[in-house]
Amino acid sequence: MVPLERLSPGETGFVGALHGGHRLISRLASLGFTAGAPVTVVRNYGSGPIIVLVRGAQIALGRGEANRIKVYRSEAESHASSSS
Amino acid sequence: MHRHHHNTEVARSSDRETTSDTERQTIVVALAGQPNVGKSTIFNMLTGLSQHVGNWPGKTIERKSGTYQREGTTFHVVDLPGTYSLTAASVEERIARDFILHDQPDVVVAVVDAAIPERSLYLLAELLLLPAPVVLVMNMMDVAAQEGVVIEPRVLEAALGIPVVPMVATRSEGVERMIEAVVAVATRTYPYEPRRPMILPSHEEVLTDLITLIAGYVRDPYPVAWVALKLLEGDEEIHEMVEALVPPDVNDEVHRVLYEHEDAVLDIAGARYEWIGRMVRAAVVRPRVGQVGLTTRLDAVLTHPFWGALALAGVLAVVFAFTYLIGTPLQEWLDGLLGEAGAFVGGWAVTVGVPVWLADMVADGMIGGVGMVITFVPILAIFFLALGVLEDTGYMARAAFVTDRFMHLMGLHGKSFMPLLLGFGCNVPAVLGSRIIESRRARLLTILLAPLVPCAAQLAVVTILGAAFFGQAGGFIVWGLVALNLVVLAGLGWIFHRFVLQGEAAVFIMELPLYHVPNLRTIGLYVWRNIVAFLQKAGSVILVASLLVWFLSYFPSGGVVTESYLAVIGRAIAPVGQLMGLPWPVLVALITSFVAKENTIATLSVLYGNAASGLSAVLTPPAALAFLIVQMLFIPCVATVAAMKQESRSWTWTMVGVGTSLLLSLSAGVAVYQLGTWITGG
Repeated sequence: MVPLERLSPGETGFVGALHGGHRLISRLASLGFTAGAPVTVVRNYGSGPIIVLVRGAQIALGRGEANRIKVYRSEAESHASSSS
Repeated sequence: MHRHHHNTEVARSSDRETTSDTERQTIVVALAGQPNVGKSTIFNMLTGLSQHVGNWPGKTIERKSGTYQREGTTFHVVDLPGTYSLTAASVEERIARDFILHDQPDVVVAVVDAAIPERSLYLLAELLLLPAPVVLVMNMMDVAAQEGVVIEPRVLEAALGIPVVPMVATRSEGVERMIEAVVAVATRTYPYEPRRPMILPSHEEVLTDLITLIAGYVRDPYPVAWVALKLLEGDEEIHEMVEALVPPDVNDEVHRVLYEHEDAVLDIAGARYEWIGRMVRAAVVRPRVGQVGLTTRLDAVLTHPFWGALALAGVLAVVFAFTYLIGTPLQEWLDGLLGEAGAFVGGWAVTVGVPVWLADMVADGMIGGVGMVITFVPILAIFFLALGVLEDTGYMARAAFVTDRFMHLMGLHGKSFMPLLLGFGCNVPAVLGSRIIESRRARLLTILLAPLVPCAAQLAVVTILGAAFFGQAGGFIVWGLVALNLVVLAGLGWIFHRFVLQGEAAVFIMELPLYHVPNLRTIGLYVWRNIVAFLQKAGSVILVASLLVWFLSYFPSGGVVTESYLAVIGRAIAPVGQLMGLPWPVLVALITSFVAKENTIATLSVLYGNAASGLSAVLTPPAALAFLIVQMLFIPCVATVAAMKQESRSWTWTMVGVGTSLLLSLSAGVAVYQLGTWITGG
């Protein structure tokens, strides 16, 4: 798993884990960041906030928040972990 | 609040059929939806000018309600705050679910964005677990079609077992069908049999355990299964409620069960999305390519760190040019008109035998004081109009994104940009606008910094005085003063962030809606609401303060200002003025600017005959510059201070803000005057 902020624009990751307080996790989960959900990075300029596409909606995330979302780089990897 | 009372009355009647028998039937409708789904467009369309804007009891969140009449039926519509879910992670979420649980609306209309059905149906998954029946509105069908999302409302209706109404609210399409569905559900003529989302099989057992544990203790209107689920989701508010209701041994057991399933929140959300996936499988066909088209192409430029910032600067330049080119002549025209009106009323009152002091009070204290404030309405209306357009097209979210990296230096994030921008019109909506920020710390910081944004009235004052003091160079001086204010704002923000309001950095999570054509009605109502709020302030706080200042300037000398109470106060604080090269009347003018910033000019006119020429003869250039700087950084006006108190809910922080401004403005004034005098060899 890698932090979401490491993905380049156009790359898709699959949500593996969320780190942070209960409120943050609850908010992210309701926006669709749930286990296995595909997240495509739309803008990532290396610093500052990023934009991702999740469940069909564009969401801007601060770099700190993007760091707390850990993703698998491939769907297969994501399935392997959830079935184990 | 008789409406509210009435609404509870209707809701509490156990047999709702009785209300439909009476001639005038009332149906209470709650509008629920995530942000950016066009919920306010639907609300505005239904209620129009009948809407009432207040606050939710004990909260600083706007409560909008209104009525819609149709064929003898009154629809009492309550606009719930936009929320992504119904877990008590934010005040908005608590308000929305408390209203549904406690006020028991007859029907909840759940509005979703048809262009992003999966994400926006998440709220529906939560709403269906509450007792009130739900009508689903698929709004923005046109945008969905544009994005290549094909939706079959009938198929979705069959899957969900609740009415599903397609809608294009911006073109008023689908309203009739929505009303029919609401009536059908409220009168129970619709076969309402919702399929509700289930929990994952792996959590069924623990949920059953929780239900068994709390079943005897949870009271109406809370559904036991819902309370158990919220416990499992880690909902703090529900947890506290249960703790207060159950005996200690049950409480320990609940704790033990929850401790073992701490991570359930992600799985529960995941299960809801799986349920949504099953519901929309047959009803929604979505292209696999993701979002291409207008939004993607525009965003390539508008969200870019460099080009986006440049575009934002350009947009703001256009907004300000537009506002002042059209607004300033209107303001001056109104000003002239009011001057004549004041003189006319004063003269007329004396001829019919009203005492002179009373005539003067009406002419100068009321018409002159409050009227001056009202002359700024055109400028504000145009400014709000421009911002309303930017907001409604979806651009404001991009502006927040682009400015986020600068805001971080002050411990703020992009969402604070919009309220601060509003400050250029009037500081009051800027302070009120801080409500959109979730974290209390970031909200407080925005409230403290907003008054440093120069408002329209302050800009008018320094423009007039700048030209009088410095002639041709006045324009540059004004730009310099604005820049200075923003630098001070940034510096103060950094200091507060680093040393005073320490705490976690604010979380920046914000949806970027698709760009769309703005809706005139939505923007019109936005402008109207802001102007009404402004006029209410002018009619209350500013009127009282204005009369007080008039009283101090009129008595005991009967109109001779130089011997009034105001002059006494001015002379008493004259030593402070000397440090800045400012005579006492200038200090008095500053004090009266507390009522409203534009009062500076009015007071100086009274004291010097003509503010501009009279004053420039008295002040040396360093003193003039010091005065302009003090004027720009001085304590916010009384209406802004009232708003700061209301929003921060703390006199301490309000006074910290006011005190900082006072200290900062006076020390800047002294420094500039002393330094300037030393340089110019005075």
